[in-house]
Amino acid sequence: MSSKEITGAEIFLECLKKEKVDTLFCYPGGVVLKIFDVLYGQKDLRIILPRHEQGGVHMADGYARSTGKVGVALVTSGPGATNVVTGLATAYMDSIPLVVFTGQVPTALIGNDAFQEADIVGITRPCTKYNFLVKDVKDIAQTIKEAFYIASTGRPGPVLIDLPRDVVTNKAEFHWPDHVDIRSYKPSVMGNKWQIKQAAEAIAKAKKPVAYIGGGVILSNAAAEVLEFAEITKIPVTHTLMGIGGFPGTHPLSLGMLGMHGTYYANMAIHNSDLIVAIGARFDDRVTGKVEGFAPEAKIVHIDVDPTSIRKNVRVDIPIVGDVRHVMVELNKELHHSKEPWDQIRKSWSKQIEAWREERPLTYEYADDVIKPQFVIEKLNEVTRGDAIIVTDVGQHQMWAAQYFKYDKPRDWLSSGGLGTMGYGFPAAIGAKVANPKRDVFCITGDGGIQMNVQELATAVENKIPVKVVILNNRYLGMVRQWQELFYQERYSSVDLGSTPDFVKLAEAYGAIGLRATKPSEVVAVLQEALKAKQTVFMDFVTARYEKVFPMVPAGASINEMIFGEEPKKEEKKLKAVK
Amino acid sequence: MKHIISVLVENKFGVLSRVSGLFSGRGFNIETISIGPTLDPTVSQMTIVTTGDERILEQILKQLNKLIDVIKVTDLAEKEYVEREMCLIKVNAPAEHRAEALRIADIFRARVVDSSQKSYTFQITGDEKKISAIIELLRPIGIKEIVRTGKVAITRE
Ligand SMILES: Cc1ncc(C[n+]2csc(CCOP(=O)(O)OP(=O)(O)O)c2C)c(N)n1
Ligand SMILES: [Mg+2]
Repeated sequence: MSSKEITGAEIFLECLKKEKVDTLFCYPGGVVLKIFDVLYGQKDLRIILPRHEQGGVHMADGYARSTGKVGVALVTSGPGATNVVTGLATAYMDSIPLVVFTGQVPTALIGNDAFQEADIVGITRPCTKYNFLVKDVKDIAQTIKEAFYIASTGRPGPVLIDLPRDVVTNKAEFHWPDHVDIRSYKPSVMGNKWQIKQAAEAIAKAKKPVAYIGGGVILSNAAAEVLEFAEITKIPVTHTLMGIGGFPGTHPLSLGMLGMHGTYYANMAIHNSDLIVAIGARFDDRVTGKVEGFAPEAKIVHIDVDPTSIRKNVRVDIPIVGDVRHVMVELNKELHHSKEPWDQIRKSWSKQIEAWREERPLTYEYADDVIKPQFVIEKLNEVTRGDAIIVTDVGQHQMWAAQYFKYDKPRDWLSSGGLGTMGYGFPAAIGAKVANPKRDVFCITGDGGIQMNVQELATAVENKIPVKVVILNNRYLGMVRQWQELFYQERYSSVDLGSTPDFVKLAEAYGAIGLRATKPSEVVAVLQEALKAKQTVFMDFVTARYEKVFPMVPAGASINEMIFGEEPKKEEKKLKAVK
Repeated sequence: MKHIISVLVENKFGVLSRVSGLFSGRGFNIETISIGPTLDPTVSQMTIVTTGDERILEQILKQLNKLIDVIKVTDLAEKEYVEREMCLIKVNAPAEHRAEALRIADIFRARVVDSSQKSYTFQITGDEKKISAIIELLRPIGIKEIVRTGKVAITRE
């Protein structure tokens, strides 16, 4: 054995340094002891110990979404590994680049039902972009290099590397490959020139066009190009839940979100459009509503890095496969050349859209005596001046956070869109704060969602990660309750969270700050106090219990068939005033 | 519509399950699948027979292409190709039926690869039509067992 040989565990650490990993979310156990021994006392990596492996992976995810870098986590075999499955599936559905390492029993025992053995490569095959079982210490470096490459290129996604105990204890020389060449993996970057020309022509010809942007705009860092595109062509822009921040929410051309809980004007614009320019979006069923009734008159241009997204759910007239940013740069060049009188071309369409905006703006009914959840979000927007990273859980609060906070920048909105994972928000917010210590990070969650990973309070407090948590406490699994009220004859089955825990005391028990507001007049003070605090804060906003998210496209309906809240319409208001 | 798809993949463990998992996870059909080595020992060749409308087929081809271990996907429906399948058929062959069984085998150029006092095993190679035809003719005599390889196919020059 030559003296240059080092253990697999040491190679692992060298590889992380080569990949410039600065933070590792990791939870120890038997088969990874050797790796943790190497991690002990080293100074190049920030080590965060979550209190549950699921929390650890969501933290890595929050780190990745807020920075665009690859998030990295390490857990033990068996139960440690199975605990990361939800986190992987969450990242997979939203195309988030992660590399997750799992320990594995020694190679000789694999398949023997050994203690803490799980076939994690088999289990995670459908919820990772790719996964590896490393069988030889000599393959560790190459595998890690490939994993980071696969995770971060093309349509990004999580990659898992399974490391058997003997592979990390055996020794080999460390060779860092200087480049990766996987013959069977060559993602397309540049879009087809001719198709881009076709798209530019279609945009110039269209009378009623809409740009529909998704998470791909965020992932490929194309927000500036999308803004340029919209401003050249005066095309109104609507975004998906994942596309929030891909176009400034305060921009006059912004239509807000479309789809199930989208704005009336966004859905009407899409439904009546003659051209949809889909940019890094995938026509998810929450967006299209009933597919057969979707945008009946529209031609569709679809720009996406993943060819499988194109024509998966809807017909597409002009497909452009490529990295969204690259394609937008080319498309903008094309449009700059064509000196169309854009303002003139768009005049009547803009007028129509303004009419829809006025007809049904996004509203709720304010109350003096009870806190409306939308009000809390509006005030949070004011108190932070819209300059904060907002991380949500899943449910009504998520939709209100999407509707009533105005996001002007990409990567300021982190939410589990594809999988819809309750329990994502708080740990992801911790990960985002670790990556962005100078930014204010708020988690907007529900009384249900916060209880799904509340143990991470210990992680936040222990590591001094001051995340501010807004709990919209309606004592209900509100979103499910809403569906039961509207579509299940008010048969409220298993949605009443009854006496939720005292979140103020809970926070204090962990050494964090707990604040509470029960009246609208207290909301701003609580938000301001939390904003100033240097510690982790739980804010318990005791809100109206029966509030529902509107507008809403019921499941199975077309997106122009929206239902609205009970809030009185303008005419009715006038009538009441006369009486 | 039936399609034969030829897929070149990395010869690594787990590749078959990635491909079959893709079909099962998305509700696509696999009618037959066969895998074997190629001249390059690091590459394997899969031939998959599947059914589905145009939209499903487009998804299958794209999804296969997207798999990291897949090197090349060819939809043979767009090409001229030759397809073959091999089938082993074990038939009852008591004294009174032996001559008849051999006569049918002869018509299809099937070879006898095993024989006992009560049975014959035939090996037949051909396209789907030919194999179905011999099975139909042998059925009245009494087929005990059939084993088929699934199709392999190659483009014509
Ligand atoms: C892990 C998980 N389990 C179940 C669900 C289904 N689900 C979606 S929203 C929701 C209710 C969430 O309640 P809460 O966190 O209090 O938020 P609210 O809707 O009340 O704002 C449930 C149970 C889910 N999305 N994720
Ligand atoms: Mg709730």
